Amino acid sequence: MQWETVIGLEVHTQLTTRSKIFSGAPIEFGAAPNTQACAVDLALPGVLPVLNRGAVERAIKFGLAIGARLNRVNVFARKNYFYPDLPKGYQISQFELPIVEGGELAIQVGDASKVIRLTRAHLEEDAGKSLHEDFHGCTGIDLNRAGTPLLEIVSEPDMRSAKEAVAYARALYNLVTWIGICDGNMQEGSFRVDANVSVRPAGQKEFGTRREIKNLNSFRFLEQAIDYEVRWQIERIEDGHAIQQATVLFDPDSGATRMMRTKEEAHDYRYFPDPDLLPVRLDDALIARMQSELPELPQAKQARYQSDWGLSAYDAATLTASHALAEYFEAVVAKLLVSPRPQAGEGQGERVAKLAANWVMGELSGTLNKEGLDIAESRIGAASLAGLLARLQDGTLSGKLAKEVFAAMWAGEGEADAIIEAKGLKQMSDTGEIERILDEVLAANPKSVEEFRAGKDKAFNALVGQVMKATRGKANPQQVNELLKKKLAG
Amino acid sequence: MNQTIKELSDLLARGEASSAELCQDYLARIERLNPRLNAFITVDPDKTLEEARAADARRARGEAGPLTGVPVAHKDIFCAEGWPATCGSRMLADFVSPYDAHVISRFKAAGMPSLGKTNMDEFAMGSSNETSFFGAVRNPWDERAVPGGSSGGSAAAVAARMAPAATGTDTGGSIRQPAALTGITGLKPTYGVVSRYGMIAFASSLDQAGPMAPSAEDCALLMNVMAGFDARDSTSLERPAEDYARDLDRPLKGLRIGLPREFFGAGLAADVGQAVEAALAVYRRLGAETVEVGLPNSGLSVPVYYVLAPAEASSNLSRYDGVRYGYRAAAYADLTDMYERTRAEGFGAEVKRRIMIGTYVLSHGYYDAYYLQAQKIRRLIAQDFAEAFKACDVILGPTAPTTAFDLGAKTADPVQMYLSDIYTIAVNLAGLPGMSLPCGFGADHRPVGLQIVGDWFGEARMLNVAHQYQLATDWHRRMPEGL
Repeated sequence: MQWETVIGLEVHTQLTTRSKIFSGAPIEFGAAPNTQACAVDLALPGVLPVLNRGAVERAIKFGLAIGARLNRVNVFARKNYFYPDLPKGYQISQFELPIVEGGELAIQVGDASKVIRLTRAHLEEDAGKSLHEDFHGCTGIDLNRAGTPLLEIVSEPDMRSAKEAVAYARALYNLVTWIGICDGNMQEGSFRVDANVSVRPAGQKEFGTRREIKNLNSFRFLEQAIDYEVRWQIERIEDGHAIQQATVLFDPDSGATRMMRTKEEAHDYRYFPDPDLLPVRLDDALIARMQSELPELPQAKQARYQSDWGLSAYDAATLTASHALAEYFEAVVAKLLVSPRPQAGEGQGERVAKLAANWVMGELSGTLNKEGLDIAESRIGAASLAGLLARLQDGTLSGKLAKEVFAAMWAGEGEADAIIEAKGLKQMSDTGEIERILDEVLAANPKSVEEFRAGKDKAFNALVGQVMKATRGKANPQQVNELLKKKLAG
Repeated sequence: MNQTIKELSDLLARGEASSAELCQDYLARIERLNPRLNAFITVDPDKTLEEARAADARRARGEAGPLTGVPVAHKDIFCAEGWPATCGSRMLADFVSPYDAHVISRFKAAGMPSLGKTNMDEFAMGSSNETSFFGAVRNPWDERAVPGGSSGGSAAAVAARMAPAATGTDTGGSIRQPAALTGITGLKPTYGVVSRYGMIAFASSLDQAGPMAPSAEDCALLMNVMAGFDARDSTSLERPAEDYARDLDRPLKGLRIGLPREFFGAGLAADVGQAVEAALAVYRRLGAETVEVGLPNSGLSVPVYYVLAPAEASSNLSRYDGVRYGYRAAAYADLTDMYERTRAEGFGAEVKRRIMIGTYVLSHGYYDAYYLQAQKIRRLIAQDFAEAFKACDVILGPTAPTTAFDLGAKTADPVQMYLSDIYTIAVNLAGLPGMSLPCGFGADHRPVGLQIVGDWFGEARMLNVAHQYQLATDWHRRMPEGL
């Protein structure tokens, strides 16, 4: 039987506020246990929550960025359950009236693009941490994380494969870091994914019974966990069992998911509006201010790269994979456009953008990948790369030489011009000198000359190659082409 | 000992007594009477006198405020740094607060020493002060009787003049009902006027702190200390500061008093009704007119309250889990067992009853039928009052249906106990300000309370109405004999 996979994701993104969502305690990662927990976080008798406006502002930005509906009145509710790292015995979250509802996000898997619908996004506080390893026979409780602001982003069950789920998670990750509401540090738990997975016979309308894989903190684990879970569910069903609704955990070591609790064991959270907090009211001025603070979004940039600069959809998507990369790319283009330009005029923007795109996606990304670095850690800044490309553009360097200069720049030998000067890499443009070498090459290769005259175009390329070799790549190939044509014609 | 806050303040201003001397007198009286009345859970003379001496020093520097040096007692629901805050519960019997409630910091800023922490029903759940882990409080007027609750310790302390004034909290009548049953004056402000920060939560949408003292004038002066915006309480209202004593001397001529017919029907004891009628006669003599008003939904107050307050309480009290502070069972098998034993042993029967009611009404499948329905009726009750206030300036009636009942009389029947708040609860549900002031005695010679309900933020007017009555009568000057 053919099976179809159905996936919906719930993503917890930690917001970039300085203090907690309901207290003034700081949220820096890695502090000594319980040093960032104030009376409110400890849930001492008598303390009360006060909402951090910064968390609301970030949620608004997210809602605007995905074209969602912002609930002008949204409400915090208490989710009641007992756990040692949940100090109040309830989590303050949003239930019936979340701040963000609806919206969508486009994803790209291979050549296919698809739009994933979002159900909602709501604000809530994180719990503390239970430390089971460090205390013999006891559990330690660290409440530093308790009260950290989270935006839980819930998608519709619109994904049909692990690949799509990963593409969605990545697109979402890109967006929340792009608009600056999340630092995206997955090791520190700033972006955690729960995957709801079910399978159904292809063509069936009703969803199968889902199991929820909790707390995946890498895209790789997300893909592995879903793939395993899908295989497991199909096997169970084919073996004649029914899937039970359950919450499971993924074990990266074994690559398997294992049961945490079934639906029957699920809590009745007894949600009700938190009487300590007033309904949150969003006014037009605040929403307008958040709109004005939003950077140009990936989709808009992609459209602009294609329409203004003639980049392909693929290139546009690649260059907007992160805000930092897009910023880098645009900085290179901007710098190139103001540098002296021998080929100025019609189509200048397109030429420059394509050149910059090729280098950013090619040499630069390749080198970054090889060294496991992020664009922000690039050893060649945007202005420096533009300096190099300017020399390529004005004919000073051939493509081959440019790569050599790039390597030297990466090695820290300085700016492009200095390296060209120091290494004498300047492309040969003295016509007389090239002609002299050309004559030598023609004299030394009578056979090729004959073949060319007999109509073999390949012979022409061989001669160009000989000239380039003789000039150690410093000749301008275009110039060589022209001169050689002239000579052979003559 | 029978001096008002105003009189004590004048005494201190004239230099005829120091705060330390006043505190010593009150501490001596507490030492003598507390074994009989059990009004205080914690007394710490060293701490009190230290605060008193600081107040005297402040006065000597010429930096005294109007009430600097006047001592007060605090209900043990308020967190005060370095003092236990037991909330009347075994759960917090050993809890010492590391911080000050907003109310406490206001009293400290005013230079008013604390005489100690007063007894109360456990987590403010009760109407007789009999649910306290620290034992029942006795009514100074008749030690066979309860003082009311939940602020029973504060009420008894003031009635017996073990303190010139005390703080209380009122969720369903917990200031007004004990004030009525002990013959003192108590005020519950409009919801949001006094910060709840540091006040141990019972039912967050209803809890409100207020003053308890012999007279309305005292309450006005204490309100000037307690009220005010606090950014740490999101339900605290940001309003211009006001002088609650500003209208005390306003004549009552033309005052329109609303009499809700629902407050004078069956269930009201005859002697209480007579005392209230006599008070109304005083008001008519002072130039006020009375109009009948209707509060058609007020009959639903008690059931609505016993859905909403337990719902909020069941969640508010979840933090007492034995993990971080407070009581923890001595022996347990695992985490769940620790929770169960800790909460089974740490909470008393009434608290557990309400946690169970609250858990039930919030449960899946019952929420709409109970919690949501109760919220709807709550709005109707508030609308009733809004409608009534179109025809009157204040509403008057009995505070409680009877005078103080005997210890143990209602402990076996929770519903009878709950009905002793039948006239006060609607006021909390509507978020209105309410007062109780003494207006005579019942057939059993126990005090009767007159309730005044003001319009939203009508505290000053309400205090004016109470003060004018107290100028014309002397019930508030009476003290229990034999103390």
